[in-house]
Amino acid sequence: MDQGSEILSRNINKTKNNEVSLNAFNFLFSEMIQYSQQRVSGTVQELEKKLSDFGYRVGIRVVELLNWREKNGKREIKILQNLYFIHTNVWKMLFGKQADSLEKHTEKEDEYMISDNEPIITKFISVPKDYHSLACGAFLAGIVEAILDGAQLPAKVEAFANPQEGFPTKTTIVINFDQSVIDREKLFQ
Amino acid sequence: MPGTYYFVIVGTKDNPIYEAEFTQGADASEGSPMKEDQKHLSQFIIHTALDVVDELMWCYKESYLKVVDKFNEWYISAYVTSNGMRFMLLHDTTNPEGIKNFFTDVHELYIKVLLNPFYEINSPITSRAFDNKVQQLKRKYLL
Repeated sequence: MDQGSEILSRNINKTKNNEVSLNAFNFLFSEMIQYSQQRVSGTVQELEKKLSDFGYRVGIRVVELLNWREKNGKREIKILQNLYFIHTNVWKMLFGKQADSLEKHTEKEDEYMISDNEPIITKFISVPKDYHSLACGAFLAGIVEAILDGAQLPAKVEAFANPQEGFPTKTTIVINFDQSVIDREKLFQ
Repeated sequence: MPGTYYFVIVGTKDNPIYEAEFTQGADASEGSPMKEDQKHLSQFIIHTALDVVDELMWCYKESYLKVVDKFNEWYISAYVTSNGMRFMLLHDTTNPEGIKNFFTDVHELYIKVLLNPFYEINSPITSRAFDNKVQQLKRKYLL
């Protein structure tokens, strides 16, 4: 048998009962953070970049798989529909719930925000004081960036820890689209 | 020559990541039946059609864009995945249903390749298993 033919015969539509235990995932994520931390010279930005790269690898796969499973030969082509797809479908697939909000900046036309009040991936993480600005949600930002890249909507995506009363781990993902994306959206309206 | 197909998957950087040619009555895996100059012409035609695809993909939500361009007796059909991969097929007989099914099934195979953590996006697909499967799909839908 050819190497790899087994992978190509597998059914990709299977969606039931394949959830990963939260504990197992968090052990893995904790290792990923430690692994990254040992490989950067110390700045928080570098560490976030590494986490975001991890997320990017997840994102490019998620977008193809999920579109295949749910859209039946269609793609999203508009900015808002893509963001809504991330906010709803992608979050549901990855975390079993929708993200908590999707907002547009009131003044900047290229800026959007997706917030999660209690991101599952940072549930057991408490960030030490000397890393106070570190947002482990950078992993999520990477996923979002990859999905938008896949849709040919390049954007700068960053995650910020945004603690609120009652939601100490709230994370906001800020998306700044390229000017070219905004221009094209207007053109094809 | 009727019943000739040239199939290529084009990455997001306009780089080819997989190509295959199918000819009536010959197995493309056993030596190339297409003449060298014909192959270059095929690549050239498809490269030209990429611009059309880049425009059409913002007009339609469907992945399958049907016939996007023509060159003499050749048709070019295209399919865009949600990752911006473009499947391009050059053909000289019209067969929209067969081509649609072919694209859809290749898309599924492509996703399976992509899900392999050792595969990097936009890198060439060298898996022999993938090639075999595509040849099977060719027999099923095209020739």
